[in-house]
Amino acid sequence: MNNLVILPILIPLITATLLLLIPKKVKLQKVISVISLTATTIAAMVLVHTVYLNGIQTLEIGSWRPPFGIVLVADMFAALLVLTGVIVSFTCVLFSFRNIGKDRENFFFYAFTQFLITGVMGAFLTGDLFNLFVFFEVMLMSSYALIVLGGTRIQLRESIKYLLVNIISSALFVIALAYLYGLVGTLNMADVSSKIAQSGQTDIVTVVAILFLIVFGLKGGIFPLYFWLPGSYQAPPYAITAIFGALLTKVGVYSIYRIFTLIFYHEPQITHQIIAALAIITILIGAIGAIAYWDVKKILIYNIVTAVGVIIYGISIATETGYAGGIYYLVHDMVIKGALFLLAGAMFTITGTDNIKKMGGLIKRHPLLGWMFFTACLALAGIPPLSGFVGKILLAQGGLEQEHYIFVGVMLFSSLLVLYSVMKIFMNCFFREEVLSPKEEKGTTKGLVYPSVILIALSAFLGLGAEFVYPYVFEAAETLMDPSIYIQAVLKE
Amino acid sequence: MEIIMTIVAGVLIATATYLMLSRSILRIIIGTALLSHGAHLLLLTMGGLKRGAAPLLGQEADAYTDPLPQALILTAIVIAFGVTSFLLVLAYRAYQELKTDDMDQLRGNENHE
Repeated sequence: MNNLVILPILIPLITATLLLLIPKKVKLQKVISVISLTATTIAAMVLVHTVYLNGIQTLEIGSWRPPFGIVLVADMFAALLVLTGVIVSFTCVLFSFRNIGKDRENFFFYAFTQFLITGVMGAFLTGDLFNLFVFFEVMLMSSYALIVLGGTRIQLRESIKYLLVNIISSALFVIALAYLYGLVGTLNMADVSSKIAQSGQTDIVTVVAILFLIVFGLKGGIFPLYFWLPGSYQAPPYAITAIFGALLTKVGVYSIYRIFTLIFYHEPQITHQIIAALAIITILIGAIGAIAYWDVKKILIYNIVTAVGVIIYGISIATETGYAGGIYYLVHDMVIKGALFLLAGAMFTITGTDNIKKMGGLIKRHPLLGWMFFTACLALAGIPPLSGFVGKILLAQGGLEQEHYIFVGVMLFSSLLVLYSVMKIFMNCFFREEVLSPKEEKGTTKGLVYPSVILIALSAFLGLGAEFVYPYVFEAAETLMDPSIYIQAVLKE
Repeated sequence: MEIIMTIVAGVLIATATYLMLSRSILRIIIGTALLSHGAHLLLLTMGGLKRGAAPLLGQEADAYTDPLPQALILTAIVIAFGVTSFLLVLAYRAYQELKTDDMDQLRGNENHE
């Protein structure tokens, strides 16, 4: 029992309700947002440290003993993602102070963001599959509001599709929960895991596992369920796309990791093979999409798809190295996707367009923006010493140990495609002859670059300070490797 | 009883699928509402229908009904209502703005207005 576990959920929730009460006082809203996010960040840091020192922390809500009550569980995997998630959303909120505009600020933008953070943190920390569904809905409801906020034509059109896809996947989620409850009679993850371990993973359990894979695959955007992602993520402004790209898909990925390492790990020749195949196609599709477009936002969005493939691939390796690689890459990707979208948002503010062909020569007057973007591109593609490299090398090492030569080959080849796609942006937008004279620029980057500088510094720290981060990541991987640690911590048998 | 309930859930989901494949947004919304009803019914059925007394202390019964599925459904229904009403408002707003409720005309992902 440790009340610390609920703080990353509680602080944003209380802040969100507070912000709902003061719709007209935008300045005050900003101040409260910053205070609350600072507090959440500190809570998340303490949580990571506590988990590192004392093992998995749990909180039984209302002191009902699991498997009967609701339980919140913070293992190292969840705690790391909570910390990264808070930091990334913090920077996105800092970015939106300058960029989001009066219209959205007056209509509860900051409150919705806090609700979104509540949902994401809850999804990471819950130890109960039904609560996972509930927190998914909290998160999705706020994302519906955020995606349509502003009400431009393209936003309305894309939000309808986004809503429909998510409503259907939520219905499938309930159906999957129904089947699982019918089979094992419990929805507490630790209890489900131990029950399935006792009775063996029968064929019908494997079917339910694949149903869950479909549900989380839809949220996470893996092939062939990523189709809604490019359109929906293009509609809202950059600050919102950055939060979505960095957090929302990652929650789906996190859930896939959680259920396939904790619950459905007995039939890897079926489920993990499927995941591996989907991962490899996802990587390729994402990379091809990223190359195909001449639109900054589209390229970055397809890079989300590629990254999801790479992270998912970590599950199919199913060794400690593989999991560690997946976790490292997951953390790295949240950070760097946030940074890239924020930088692209700054570029959009200057030029007023997403089209690469209409930009050029930005480096002359915006050197910091340019070199930050360059660094982020290198990190994204996995060039040492930045953060992407560490995750990829762990994944490659794990894959080679399992003799997945083709998969590792494709993954490494995709890095080249990813590098090409983002370098295309960098070369065309920042070099070439100048398109806009100083007077023609649509806005200033004042205050827009420093949030991404924080993220890129973090990325460099993850790469250069790998020695420092390793023990945390490997502890997370160890918990994923051995479900009994998690079960022991929750059920305390 | 479970068999009948399962069939009803199946029929609901089949109808929902049919409706969701149509072009009009309104029919799609009715489809999603039916889909969630089907899912909730399935949740109730899979949790086991009433097989004993109400799960209260002091009722000396041989068997008790499992209260959990009902708690789960209550939550899921509230969420489904919320999402459906949001979707209805969104569809109305989109109809005002885009002057169509035909999904075929909402296709494409180009940025043109």
